[in-house]
Amino acid sequence: MSVRKKSADPKGVLTGVHYLDGDYAIAEGALAAGCRFFAGYPITPSTETAERFAERIPLVGGVFIQMEDEIASIAALIGASWAGVKSMTVTSGPGFSLMMENIGLACMMEVPIVIANVQRGGPSTGLPTLTGQGDMMQVKWGSHGDYEIIALSPDSPQECFDLTIKAFNLSEMYRVPVFIMTDECVGHMHEKVVIPPAEEIEIIERKWYEGPKDKYLPYQPDVDLVPFMVKAGDGYRFHTTGLTHDQRGYPVINAEAQDWCVRHICDKIRLNADKIIEYKEDETDNAEIVVVSYGITSRVAWKAIQDARKAGIKVGSLRLITVWPFPEKRIEELAGKIKAFVVPEINLGQIKREVERAAKGKAPVYPVSHCGGWVHNPDDILKVIKEAAK
Amino acid sequence: MRPEDRLEKKHPMEEFLRMDRMPHIWCSGCGIGIVVTSFIEALQKSEINPDKVCVVSGIGCTGRVAGYLRLDSFHTTHGRPIPFATGLKLANPDLKVVVFSGDGDIVGIGGNHFIHAARRNMDLVVICVNNFNYAMTGGQVAATSPIGANLSTAPYGNFEYPFNLPYLAEACGATYVARWTCLHIRRLTKSIQEALQKRGFSFIEVITPCVTLYARRNRLGDGLNLLRYYYENSEIRHGADTRTLDIGYQGKIIVGKFVDIEKPTFLDCMNNHLRKVLGNKYQPWGVKS
Ligand SMILES: Cc1ncc(C[n+]2csc(CCOP(=O)(O)OP(=O)(O)O)c2C)c(N)n1
Ligand code: SF4
Ligand SMILES: [Mg+2]
Repeated sequence: MSVRKKSADPKGVLTGVHYLDGDYAIAEGALAAGCRFFAGYPITPSTETAERFAERIPLVGGVFIQMEDEIASIAALIGASWAGVKSMTVTSGPGFSLMMENIGLACMMEVPIVIANVQRGGPSTGLPTLTGQGDMMQVKWGSHGDYEIIALSPDSPQECFDLTIKAFNLSEMYRVPVFIMTDECVGHMHEKVVIPPAEEIEIIERKWYEGPKDKYLPYQPDVDLVPFMVKAGDGYRFHTTGLTHDQRGYPVINAEAQDWCVRHICDKIRLNADKIIEYKEDETDNAEIVVVSYGITSRVAWKAIQDARKAGIKVGSLRLITVWPFPEKRIEELAGKIKAFVVPEINLGQIKREVERAAKGKAPVYPVSHCGGWVHNPDDILKVIKEAAK
Repeated sequence: MRPEDRLEKKHPMEEFLRMDRMPHIWCSGCGIGIVVTSFIEALQKSEINPDKVCVVSGIGCTGRVAGYLRLDSFHTTHGRPIPFATGLKLANPDLKVVVFSGDGDIVGIGGNHFIHAARRNMDLVVICVNNFNYAMTGGQVAATSPIGANLSTAPYGNFEYPFNLPYLAEACGATYVARWTCLHIRRLTKSIQEALQKRGFSFIEVITPCVTLYARRNRLGDGLNLLRYYYENSEIRHGADTRTLDIGYQGKIIVGKFVDIEKPTFLDCMNNHLRKVLGNKYQPWGVKS
């Protein structure tokens, strides 16, 4: 496998210490990562990312286009990525739902794109201006058929910046759509964001094919299972389709081809999961209770964890940075050692279910659910920690 | 038999066809192949570097075109080839991007993208094969089906008003608008060539026989009968007022080139405007210095 690393193009990097909200930090992260194409459609609470990009890109060199809807936005990203330009969009619930069909297309065509979902309360129009974490399962399963994606969850504007760069790097490395699953709270929260000098930002380049033109197969897996890519206009005259296809990219409509094609797009993520997964642990070593949390909820949970520790309960924290693929091995390992998991989240138990699945019955999982509109009261989390510790 | 052993003499358009994908799926008597032939001929005549040409199709019988052309070719989702093509073109303005798809794809499910790409004067060539129905799925009623025609989901005949596509395209801002039938191969080829050599949103509607579904259901005969119908009922009227171009069931088909104007494209407008407002700070995109 040949991972090509370089430092960021200084043109897009606004080095310095800033006071930014999460939405703006995503736009700055994208520009620092080398994103030069943004297509989007306005939707609260994500619009500020589009606005920031629209303002900044003319000074950096690239394209911002406000499309007619979210379906057009994601279709345009896939096209732009095939032309070799890093591309992103940002949206929230209703727009995310509209994108689903073409998320499948990006998975099938194996195109690197980045999509940020600044979550709000759902379903339907739900709570346009208030927070939620209800799209955590949709991001994994929302398009039809079996496929794999990568999803990251920032808990602060600084992480919005850092994880957007990481999202581009993973997307380019694995030729897969990568999602930044943030929420209204982090999106609209202003905090200090440190943007390092360009040479300190590591950028991973797409795996460009460099062999003879007539030997190129767009879907031939490399040793890491990720096929090499070429750009439109470079004379390869390749074909790509959303239909089930062979290594040439040609449609083949039978069960055998389906088996190869679907397993391939899933395996390249599943078998590389250990390299992709990132989480942060705190005092899990001899914990009795482990709080598994992500995004804004992990900051609220932190208060509850500290209060519980003061009350003498041994509580550890596992904060998911990568939500998908899910760190199931680590959860199972912990499950064998602890008394219980507590999973606070702003939905009715989406990731709680995943923790339960990974724990394989070795430890009970206590949800602390919230339908959205506001973050948890830390006392509600504390109460469940205490109950779980009994 | 390997495809390369099949013929001693090469097909003259072989350079542009994926011969390893032949035979194609289209019915005999279908008009889509004629439009493909016409497109390749236009491409050859245009002398555009084929390595810089991208073909983007949606889903449908016509949507399969991308898969048979030996160019960078993209078979996307139903209705979305225009925004996909928009991304390709904007990300690399050196590309010549052609959208080749069916009526259902381009103006049915994809109608919103069509009107907005025309409004923005996105530099694309859009070739729309209009066979008056959703063929791939079995001959359902479309936004182009003439009143009175029988379709599988209009079993008592269609009673909805159809689109007049050239009028729609012109009203939305297209800078090149033409309509031909499959019979007008020479003129169609010329139009495609003109569109390829032009900058701006070019739209070419091609009335095409669907022998298996539309024609059979309406007892209109085979491919030859349909070409005879085009021969007897089409009239070339260049520059016609696009408001007068409705097509009735087995009625007259006015063909010709209706619009051919110059107007700055989306990227021209973007670069000109931002340069004016931002001066030297502006970093132009896709402009050769
Ligand atoms: C989102 C979605 N809805 C429906 C379909 C099913 N479908 C496939 S092709 C088609 C109609 C194609 O009609 P047209 O664009 O006119 O092409 P033709 O087959 O007539 O050439 C439909 C409805 C689909 N593929 N995707
Ligand atoms: S069904 Fe109609 S449009 Fe489709 S290939 Fe056959 S004749 Fe052509
Ligand atoms: Mg049709």
